[in-house]
Amino acid sequence: MTSTDSGFFGRLNWDAFPIAGLIQNPNTNEIVANAAAGIVIVGVVAVLGLLTWFRLWGPLWRDWLTSADHKKIGIMYIVFAIVMLARGVLEGVVMRAQQAAGPGDGFLEAEHFAELFSTHGTIMIFFVAVPFVFGVANFLVPLMIGARDVAFPVMNQISLGLTVSAGMMLMVSLVVGEFSTGGWTAYPPYTGAAFNPGVGPDYWIWAIVVSGIGTTLTGINFAVTIYKLRAPGMKFMRLPMYCWTIICSSILIIFAMPPLGVAALLLAADRYLDFHFFTNDLGGNMMNYANLFWLFGHPEVYLLVLPAYGIYSEVFATFSAKRLYGYNSLVIATMSIAVLSFTVWLHHFFTMGQSALINAVFGIATMLIAIPTGVKVYDWMATLWRGRIRFSVPMLYGLAFLMLFVIGGLSGVILANPTVDYQVHNTLFLVAHFHNVLLPGVLFGLLAGYNYWFPKAFGFRLNEFWGRVTVVLWTVGFMLTFLPLYFVGLMGMPRRSYSWEDPSFHPYMIVAVLGALVILAALLSVLVQLWVSIRDREKTRVPVGDPWDARTLEWSIPAPPPPYNFAIIPNVTDRDNFAAAKERGDAYPTPDEYEDIVMPRNTSIGFILCVVSGIWMFALVWWIWWLAALMTVLIILSIIVWSFDTETEEVITAEQVRKDHEAWLAIVHSAAAVDRDHETAPENRGLARPDLEAVT
Amino acid sequence: MRRAPSHSYPGLNLGEDHASAHKSSEVVTFGFWVFLMSDLVYFGLMFAIYITMIDAQAGGPGPHELFDLKSIFAQTLILLTSSLTVGLAMLALKYNLPRARIVLWFGVTLVLGISFLVLEIRDFMAMAEQGGIPQRSGFLSAFYGLVPLHGLHVAAGCLWLIVLGIQLRVMGMTDLVISRVMRLALFWHFLDLIWIGIITIVYFGGLTYG
Repeated sequence: MTSTDSGFFGRLNWDAFPIAGLIQNPNTNEIVANAAAGIVIVGVVAVLGLLTWFRLWGPLWRDWLTSADHKKIGIMYIVFAIVMLARGVLEGVVMRAQQAAGPGDGFLEAEHFAELFSTHGTIMIFFVAVPFVFGVANFLVPLMIGARDVAFPVMNQISLGLTVSAGMMLMVSLVVGEFSTGGWTAYPPYTGAAFNPGVGPDYWIWAIVVSGIGTTLTGINFAVTIYKLRAPGMKFMRLPMYCWTIICSSILIIFAMPPLGVAALLLAADRYLDFHFFTNDLGGNMMNYANLFWLFGHPEVYLLVLPAYGIYSEVFATFSAKRLYGYNSLVIATMSIAVLSFTVWLHHFFTMGQSALINAVFGIATMLIAIPTGVKVYDWMATLWRGRIRFSVPMLYGLAFLMLFVIGGLSGVILANPTVDYQVHNTLFLVAHFHNVLLPGVLFGLLAGYNYWFPKAFGFRLNEFWGRVTVVLWTVGFMLTFLPLYFVGLMGMPRRSYSWEDPSFHPYMIVAVLGALVILAALLSVLVQLWVSIRDREKTRVPVGDPWDARTLEWSIPAPPPPYNFAIIPNVTDRDNFAAAKERGDAYPTPDEYEDIVMPRNTSIGFILCVVSGIWMFALVWWIWWLAALMTVLIILSIIVWSFDTETEEVITAEQVRKDHEAWLAIVHSAAAVDRDHETAPENRGLARPDLEAVT
Repeated sequence: MRRAPSHSYPGLNLGEDHASAHKSSEVVTFGFWVFLMSDLVYFGLMFAIYITMIDAQAGGPGPHELFDLKSIFAQTLILLTSSLTVGLAMLALKYNLPRARIVLWFGVTLVLGISFLVLEIRDFMAMAEQGGIPQRSGFLSAFYGLVPLHGLHVAAGCLWLIVLGIQLRVMGMTDLVISRVMRLALFWHFLDLIWIGIITIVYFGGLTYG
């Protein structure tokens, strides 16, 4: 190891900046790298400039960065996820373009292409899917269970801070040094110090460790929130389906994030301290890494997809105007998937040399997951059956999901057969399979949720036309990009290849790159929809808060909700409590009396830990030991100092609550109710007129 | 679901009229249990890795050359005693004994924790003298990945004892501080539990199968 003889800036020097590469060796590859770095720098400068120009630093700090409000933290998670999604999609387009450039080497160098698929995977899983899923959960869970915040509001803020600082490392790696070339799984010994002495794997390791801690804290937070903070009467079997999926996801996090942390930290020990956990020599065993990584990796995909299932369950029920079909079976299916997800990790490496018997056991366990998943699909279809269906944007995502996800799931059952897997392992067939479950499954679900709950979060509806355009673009883009990959995969094209020779792949590659451009258009369409909706917001305001004639508690309060969510904690008597209240005709009762409400105060600890942990990671990546030591001390000190703070809560007086609530009730009583056929029209102010015959 | 009785956590002496404090303490304590459960998975995996790597000695020194059971016995006694003293601090809290009594037991626990760490580091140095360093083999990497991880937890517990001792003096016996005392005690017993795993699997298991 040369790690001990580094200077003041560690191993950081001029050559670490991509511009140095462009000057020494100007070619397409370097231009692409510099353009990416340029986008990051211009983006940061633009954001800082706009914040200064519009004098937004104060509001940003007071209302957002220091807020412990779960709704704001949720929204910040989602904003972060969408920024990272933009980068992930762009990388996908560049990779598709490289492979479509025809037989031969394309325009990127092999190393650069490897960086692209490594960052693409790492970003899409850890910095798009996870923060998006838990952003939505942050916003929704307390509202759905009738609570005023999560169990640990400050820890929630810290989770966000750690996730964002880890994501920033991915951005920094574009500008300073390079990212790992080892894929999102970072298998040693390839990522070990012997074969990969550069900074790339270190960026990966610390981003994973820090975001993993953030995610673990989130999992603990949500498990405790749902177990302990439910409103009176909210029994487990009255929980909205979405909350059930979040319990399962939280349990998966609590048990599945540690293997990832162990894998990454032991890899760090190998790289930094010359340990021999996964090295080729002196007794290292890389199979331990594969087992650890996938012991995390498989539950991970379920902890992402289960909340999406939860969103679809809410969407199908609301937009069919029916009670969710088969609630009990959906709960059991969700729990079964959560448990089974820990028993299948080995199917990620059937070809790595264990006995046929072991492969068969894990193959069968994998196929078993199709059973509870199938139960879910039938329950959703039965929910649609004879419902009063409206083809609104979330419902369109849901229908696209039902059709496409079944294809993805069935290709998974094919892959679960070890003998088949030997043939298609490491081909684009696999890439097609997991994109087929992650896009229609997770991403469409999140976008459905985004369209569905946006009016609750911001008080106005998203533009319906651009929403539909976006659905079509995502669906068509997905099918064009990924369905051809099944075919080239079966024809034998390996995944992660920067070059290929067989001309029969070419037509498929051309279709795929066209699809990638459609996906890029879909991403732009998301932004256009947001822009148009903000512009026209006065026409789509829904202050009463129930624009979709929905069924669960979060719709019974104003949109946007007050900081304390519920003026009076509701008494839950039914599974679809709000729908039942609307049926009884007392959806908006006037409370007899109000109480003082204690809420968490603003705190800057999350932001401080975000910055300090970011510098800590950077120092470790570049071997700037004094800085890393300093930051370690600062992390510990800031937590200790924070623990002496006793003024962590503030009181909102009963008088204030009464004033706010009565003002809102006045709006409720003056608003005209709209029926479902007119819910996308401007007269929808958020007061629904249920068609009571259809409800019963 | 039956509701848990109001005194669900022994030693948590908040009195009968502190319903909201009880509720918030219960949430925090439950959260801490969940955290310990997650932390336990870290240790469980490190134990598994150690077991798979017992034979990966690569010609280097193994358990028979390196492990000093006398020192391990002393460390075990010290750590178990420290769990007793934390328990005595909790009893002092429960029976409303003077605050000085709690601080005293905290002090004794701190001394025992630090003595444990001193003995452990002395062991590591003795192992290093015989060539037992983590860079030597997969087996030693697994050993140094697991046992010092427990030591790091003990060190964190010691720091926590110091900070909480100061908070007991500065902030007094507030609900917040009492709830932290409760969690620290849980954490300390957790360290003991892991140590029992370490002596049985790392030391006895290593000597039996290594």
